[in-house]
Amino acid sequence: MNQWKNFTKGFIKENPVFVLLLGMCPTLGTTGSAINGLSMGLATTFVLVMSNIVISLIKNLIPDKVRIPAFIVVIATFVTIVQMVMQAYLPALFESLGLFIPLIVVNCIVLGRAEAFASKNSVGSSAIDGIGIGLGFAFALTILGGVRELLGSGKIFNITIYPEQYGMLVFILAPGAFIALGYIIAIINRLNKQKA
Amino acid sequence: MAKLESSFKNMVIALFGVTLIASAALGLVNDATIEPIAKAEMEKQTNAIAAVLTEFDSLGIAYKFLPSEGKDSIQIFPALNAEGEIISNAIKSYTYKGFSGYIEVMVGISNDGIISGYQVLKHAETPGLGSKMGLWFSNAEKPNQNVIGKSMSAGSLSVSKDGGSIDAITAATISSRAFLDAVNRAYSTINESGISTQKE
Repeated sequence: MNQWKNFTKGFIKENPVFVLLLGMCPTLGTTGSAINGLSMGLATTFVLVMSNIVISLIKNLIPDKVRIPAFIVVIATFVTIVQMVMQAYLPALFESLGLFIPLIVVNCIVLGRAEAFASKNSVGSSAIDGIGIGLGFAFALTILGGVRELLGSGKIFNITIYPEQYGMLVFILAPGAFIALGYIIAIINRLNKQKA
Repeated sequence: MAKLESSFKNMVIALFGVTLIASAALGLVNDATIEPIAKAEMEKQTNAIAAVLTEFDSLGIAYKFLPSEGKDSIQIFPALNAEGEIISNAIKSYTYKGFSGYIEVMVGISNDGIISGYQVLKHAETPGLGSKMGLWFSNAEKPNQNVIGKSMSAGSLSVSKDGGSIDAITAATISSRAFLDAVNRAYSTINESGISTQKE
């Protein structure tokens, strides 16, 4: 597989949220607004890239039987670093994402890429895979957050598009996340089918 | 390099090595961020105090007071005028009655019981409903929902649904009650502590 394909597969063909339906917990939980979705996606991307690099570096030093605990420790380390840095320099964002930052540890996308890709490929391809999948995740979360924010409160990235009182509140709440996600997946499936 | 065999010795060494490096890395990052984190929290508190109080010269020494009702002690930040007398207090009050539990509110109350301002510090209320309390109760154009300038000495505040004078947030009466509970707690605490009314 060439590197460009390796990079772009995370966006549409193997988009972790819209196609593989992985990582649903942060997807539904943090996408109340576009900016929250984007920052959650970027935090996950950072963890994904760093853990992919480290895991592909140490893949030969870790005996097979203990690889999962070793991977989890690596991932948890990077998540904690993200959490502390965010708390120090972006306290407002840290508060709005709060609980979901530590939950990146158990995000199945991160462990899934470590197990399925980084532990079998070179450092370079693993880093590119991490960037591709991570940005695909961030892209999906931003779209979903944007749709929910627009329908729910009439804003995108806090820029008012129409007055807030006409917004459908349900889209800001959890059920709206499911509804919006369902429609987006339907659209993506339709587009993918047309191409095939 | 060939993959290491899964022998007991290799597994112990690999896991030990991974955890050792991970904890060393975390220690370093913790050292680097501990100060900015404390500073950011401090700044938030100072900003909140400045936002809820009007016209004060300097801040007195903050102290904690445990009200007779409630299990947590409440932090009080007295504000002094140029002569060093306490003219108002910023009270870091709380309630557990929110729709999603804990809410923390900084309330500024002057010596004659007038609310000079408030700021919601921590909450987990529903976005778009209860989360509006940061702006709802300070809307100067809607006197029925504005708590700023209201006097607490006439009695505790309650929502109009409970026979009070404050209009609750539309579709978020529970959050509104919780918010007023925190404000009332701020006033009862400052009254109980007694220092606000003592003139030396």
